[in-house]
Amino acid sequence: RWRLFSDLLYKHNFSEIIQRASKIFVSHSQITRLYSRFHSLDKGENGALSREDFQRIPELAINPLGDRIINAFFPEGEDQVNFRGFMRTLAHFRPVEDNEKNKDPSAGEPLNSRNNKLLFAFRLYDLDRDDKISRDELLQVLRMMVGVNISDEQLGSIADRTIQEADTNGDMCISFSEFIKVLEKVDVEQKMSIRFLH
Amino acid sequence: ERTLPVVDLAARLFSLSSAARQAPADLSATGQPGHALARSAEDHEDGGASHHGGGYKIVQWEWSYVQTPYIIAIWLLVASVAKILFHFSQRFTTVVPESCVLILLGLVLGAVVLIANKKQLYQLDPGLFFLFLLPTIVGDAGYFMPSRLFFDNLGAILMYAVVGTLWNAFCTGFCLYGVKLAGVIDDKVQAGLMEFLLFGALISAVDPVAVLAVFEEVHVNEMLFIIVFGESLLNDAVTVVLYKVYISFVEVGPGNVQTADYFKGVASFLVVSIGGTMVGLIFAVILAFITRFTKKVRIIEPLFIFLLVYLAYLTAELFSLSAILSMTFCGIGCNKYVEANISQKSRTTVKYTMKTLASIAETIIFIFLGISAVDKSKWAWDTGLIACTLIFIFVFRAMGVVGQTWILNKFRLVPLEKIDQVVMSYGGLRGAVAFALVVLLDGEQVKAKDYFVATTIVVVFFTVMFQGLTIKPLVKWLKVPRSTNRKPTINEEIHERAFDHILAAIEDIAGLNGYHHWRDKWEQFDKNYLSKLLLRKSVYHKSELWEAYQKINIRDAISVIDQGGNILTSARLSLPSMASRTSFPEVTNVTNYLRENGSGVCLDLQVIDTNPGAKVEEETETHHVLAGNLYKPRRRYQSHYSRHFMTVGDQERQEREVFQRNMRNRLESFKSTHYKRHKKDRSQKKRKGSDAKEQDANDKPRRNVSWQDKDPIIVPLESEENKGERSEPDKDEDVGITFVARKGSETPKERPKSVPAALEVCQSPSVAPPSPTCGEKNLPWKGGIGTLPPCVSVEATKIIPIDLQQAWNQSISSLESLASPPVPQEPQHPRVSALYRLSGPPRPPPPPPPVPGQFQFPGGKEEEEESALSQQQQEMQPLMPSLRPPPPPPSGAVPPGRRRNPCVYLRSLVTTPPSGSEPHSRGPTQL
Repeated sequence: RWRLFSDLLYKHNFSEIIQRASKIFVSHSQITRLYSRFHSLDKGENGALSREDFQRIPELAINPLGDRIINAFFPEGEDQVNFRGFMRTLAHFRPVEDNEKNKDPSAGEPLNSRNNKLLFAFRLYDLDRDDKISRDELLQVLRMMVGVNISDEQLGSIADRTIQEADTNGDMCISFSEFIKVLEKVDVEQKMSIRFLH
Repeated sequence: ERTLPVVDLAARLFSLSSAARQAPADLSATGQPGHALARSAEDHEDGGASHHGGGYKIVQWEWSYVQTPYIIAIWLLVASVAKILFHFSQRFTTVVPESCVLILLGLVLGAVVLIANKKQLYQLDPGLFFLFLLPTIVGDAGYFMPSRLFFDNLGAILMYAVVGTLWNAFCTGFCLYGVKLAGVIDDKVQAGLMEFLLFGALISAVDPVAVLAVFEEVHVNEMLFIIVFGESLLNDAVTVVLYKVYISFVEVGPGNVQTADYFKGVASFLVVSIGGTMVGLIFAVILAFITRFTKKVRIIEPLFIFLLVYLAYLTAELFSLSAILSMTFCGIGCNKYVEANISQKSRTTVKYTMKTLASIAETIIFIFLGISAVDKSKWAWDTGLIACTLIFIFVFRAMGVVGQTWILNKFRLVPLEKIDQVVMSYGGLRGAVAFALVVLLDGEQVKAKDYFVATTIVVVFFTVMFQGLTIKPLVKWLKVPRSTNRKPTINEEIHERAFDHILAAIEDIAGLNGYHHWRDKWEQFDKNYLSKLLLRKSVYHKSELWEAYQKINIRDAISVIDQGGNILTSARLSLPSMASRTSFPEVTNVTNYLRENGSGVCLDLQVIDTNPGAKVEEETETHHVLAGNLYKPRRRYQSHYSRHFMTVGDQERQEREVFQRNMRNRLESFKSTHYKRHKKDRSQKKRKGSDAKEQDANDKPRRNVSWQDKDPIIVPLESEENKGERSEPDKDEDVGITFVARKGSETPKERPKSVPAALEVCQSPSVAPPSPTCGEKNLPWKGGIGTLPPCVSVEATKIIPIDLQQAWNQSISSLESLASPPVPQEPQHPRVSALYRLSGPPRPPPPPPPVPGQFQFPGGKEEEEESALSQQQQEMQPLMPSLRPPPPPPSGAVPPGRRRNPCVYLRSLVTTPPSGSEPHSRGPTQL
C-alpha cells in the first residue's frame, strides 16, 4: 500500500516537476529518462535521495573523487536531495548549445555556463567554503587522486608548484578567480559536458 | 648465376627494369652487357679470378653487378638531400608545403631524364608503390595512431570513409557519364558508364599519403586531423572493392552484368573490409604474443615488429583483402602490448626507424609522381574531362561532407562546426594511390586509359599543389582551432584529471551508458583475458607507479653523472625530481633521455620531436610524475589519449585502493554520525599532529634536508596509523561491510594500510625497523626484513631504485675506472662509500653471477624480481662501458633478504598476492 501511495505521489508531482525542470533541461525525454534513473536510485522511495542511495552505485565506490561528488549533490546542511536538486546538479554538465551563447545576459547565467562548471569543480576542492583552495585542501584532493606510491614529499612539492603557478596575489591559496584564470586555455565547456540523450 | 636473381628480382619490383636493360649497354665499360654480367657472376664465384678477357685487371667496372641497388641508393640520396636543401630556407618552408617542392623537383628531374634519353625511363611503378612505399607510410601511421582519439571519433571516420567515398565515387562516375553524353567530353575518350564509374571509384578516394603530407604542416586541431586522416586510411576497403568490381564489370561488358553481381559486390565489400581488419588483428595478437618472449633477444625486438606489421599487409594483399585496413589495425591493436613488452631502446629504435622509412617513402612517392608526369606517351589531354573531373570531385566532396556532418552532429557531443566542414571538404586530397590504380588499368580493356591517367595526374597535382598551398592561408583565414604543442601546466594536468573523474561519476549517477559503457566493458575483457595473454608477466603485475618512480630515479642518476664528479663530492645535492627545483642546473645530456620518454603525443605522425628548452624539461618531468601517479579516470575525453596506455594490472590495483579509501572515509563519517564516538576526533587530532610535523619537514630549506632528520617523523606517524587500524576492525564488523576477499596468512584489514607503511619504509629504509606485520610474522622468509644492513645510506636508496642498485654500482665503478686520477678521493664521500657497501665490496673483481636457485621463494615472486632486475640491467648497459658481468649478491654469506630492500617484498606482497598460495584472490571491488 505504501508503494502505491508513493507512486501516486510521484505521479502527482511529476507534471509539476517537468514544468519546473524544463527550465533547466531542454528536452522532455531527457527529463523522463533522468526521472526514471532517480526513481531507481531512490531505494527508500520517499521522493528524495540520501547519501546512502548514491553510495550504492558501484562505480562511485571506485571513483577517487566519488564521495566529494556525492557531497556536491547535497545543499549545505541537508541530507536529502529531491528530484529538482538532482536535476540542478546534473544540469551543470549539459553541453553549451550554440543558441545559448547569444542569449541576452539579463536572463541570468545558465547552470551550464563555463563559470558554473568551473565553480562546481572548485567546490570539490574547497571543503571549508571560504572560496579559497588552501594547500591542505589541494593536498587532500591530490592524495585522493594519486596512488599510495607517491610520497608525501613529492605530493607536497606538486601541490606547492600548483599553487605557485596559480597564485597571483601571493596569499598561497587559489581563489576562484585565480582558478578561472589558470584554466582559461582549457576547453571547459567541452571537458565538463556530457551528452545526455535527446 | 648469382647476379641473375638479384637483377631479376629488382627488375620485377622496381620500375627501373627498363633502365636495367638499357643501362649496361650505355655504361658498362666492356660494352658487352651480357658478357659482363656472366663474367661478374663467375668472378664472384671463383674468388675474383678472371678467366676471360686479357688477363687479370686490377680495377674492374662492375656496374651491372651493383646497378640496381646503386640506383636505388642514389635515388634515396637525391631525395634526402632535396629535403635538406628545402629546409634551408625558413621562409620558404612556412609557405610552401614540402610535397609541392618534391613534386616540382620530380618534374625537373623527369625533364632532365627525358631530354637526356628521349624517353622516360622512370615512373611510379604500382608494384613498387603498393608493396614497399605505401606499407612503410601506413605502418608508421597505424602503429603510432593516437588510438584513443581514433576510437573516440570512429563513428565519424567510418561514416566519411564508407558513405562518403561511395557517394563521391557514384556521383562522380555518373555525372562524368552524363557530361559525356551531353558532348562536353571529346569523342576520342572511348568510355562507357562502367569505365566512368571505375574512374570515379579510383579518383574519389582521399589519399593517406597526401593528407599526411599536407595536414602535418597545417597543424589543424587533433579532432579534425584524425577524422580526415582516419577517413583516408579506412576508405581503402571501399576503393579496393569498387575498383575490382568495376574492372570485372568492364571485363564482362556492362550488358552481361547480372543483378546477383551487385550483391556479390556488397558481399565482397564486407569480406574485404572485415577480413582485412581481422587479418590485421590476428597479426597484432601474434606480434604481441611474440614480444612477450623476446627478453633474451632484445636486439631483434624491433625486427619482429616491422616484419609482422609488414606481413599483415602482405597477407591481406595475398587474399586480396584491404591491406591498408589490415596494417592499420595491426598497428593500432598491437601497440599497447608491444610497447609495454619491449625495452625502452627497442621502442626508440622502432620509432625512429619507422619515421625514417615513412619519411623517405613519402619523399620518393612525391618525386616519382613528378617524374611520371613528364612522359609524352602518357599525355592524352582532354580539357572537358579534366575540367569536369576537377569540378565534380570538389563539389561532391563538399556536398558529401556537409550532408554527412549534418547527420553526425545529431549524435556528437562536440559538433563539427562549419569551418571544420570547409577544411574537411578542402582537405579531400587525392594522391599516389589513385595514380597507381589508374596506371594498373589494362589499356586493352579500358580504351580511355591514357585520358584517365592524364586526368588523374592533373587531379593529383591540383589537389596536392594548389589545395596544399592554399589550405594553410585558408585555415588561418577561417581561424580554425589549431593544435597546440603546448604542454599542459600542472594546474591543467590536475584539474583536468579531476574533471574526468567528475564526469565519470556524473555519468554513473545519471545512469548513462553509451560509448563509454562499452569501452568499459572492453577494458574489462582486455584486463581479464587479453593482457594476461599478451603482456609479459613482469609487466602485467608491475605497478605503473613504481615504474614511473624508477624512471625518475634513473633520470636523476643520469643527471648526477652528467653533472660530473662535482655533485658527488659537493655536500649539497640537488636532484631534478626533488621538490624545489631552483638549484636544478640545465642538464644537456638528459635531454635525449627525456625526449625518448616523452609521453606527449605528437599528432604529426612524421614529426619525431621538438626541441624543448630547459623550462619545458622541468615541466615534462612533473608531468611524468603526475601522469604516472594520478589515478586514471574510468573514462577520459578526447584530449586525454596516450600512446602508452595504462598497464592493466594498475587499474585493478587502483580500483582496490580507491575503493578501500572511500570505504574507510564512509565508515568514519558513518561512525561519527551514528555512533557519536570520539574516535573520529581522536584520529583527526592525530592526523593534524602528523600533518603539522610533515609541514615542519617540508618547510625546511630543501637543500639542507638531511634524511636522517626526517626519519623520526615518519616512524611515529606510521605506528600511529597502525594503532588506529588495529582498533578499527571490530567496529567494521558492526557495520557489516567487509572489503576483504582474501583469506590466508595476512590479516586482511592490514593489507591496504600497510601500503603507505611500506612506502615510508622505502623512503627511509635505515630507520628503526617497521613494526612487523602479520605477514612478516607468518611468512618465514620475511625474517630478514626488520634487520637492515646498518650501513645502507638513505640517500643511496633514495636515488636509485632497489632493482637498479647493482647497475648503479657498476656504472659508478666503471666511471671511476675511466677517470682514474680523482678516484682515490671520491670514495671518501659518505654517499659513494655507502653505495659501495650496498652490494658488498665493489672493487675486487665481481664474484660469479647469481645462481637462480639461490633464491627459493614460494610463489615465484622472486623470479619476477630477478627478471625485472636483469631487464633493467640490460637497459642500463650504456652506462657500463667496461661491460662487466653483473655483480652478484655476496654469495651465501648474507641471506638474500638482508641485502634487499624490504619494500620490494612488501610491495610484492601488497600489490600482487602470491599466486601460488591464493589463486582465487580478487580485488574487493568484485565482491
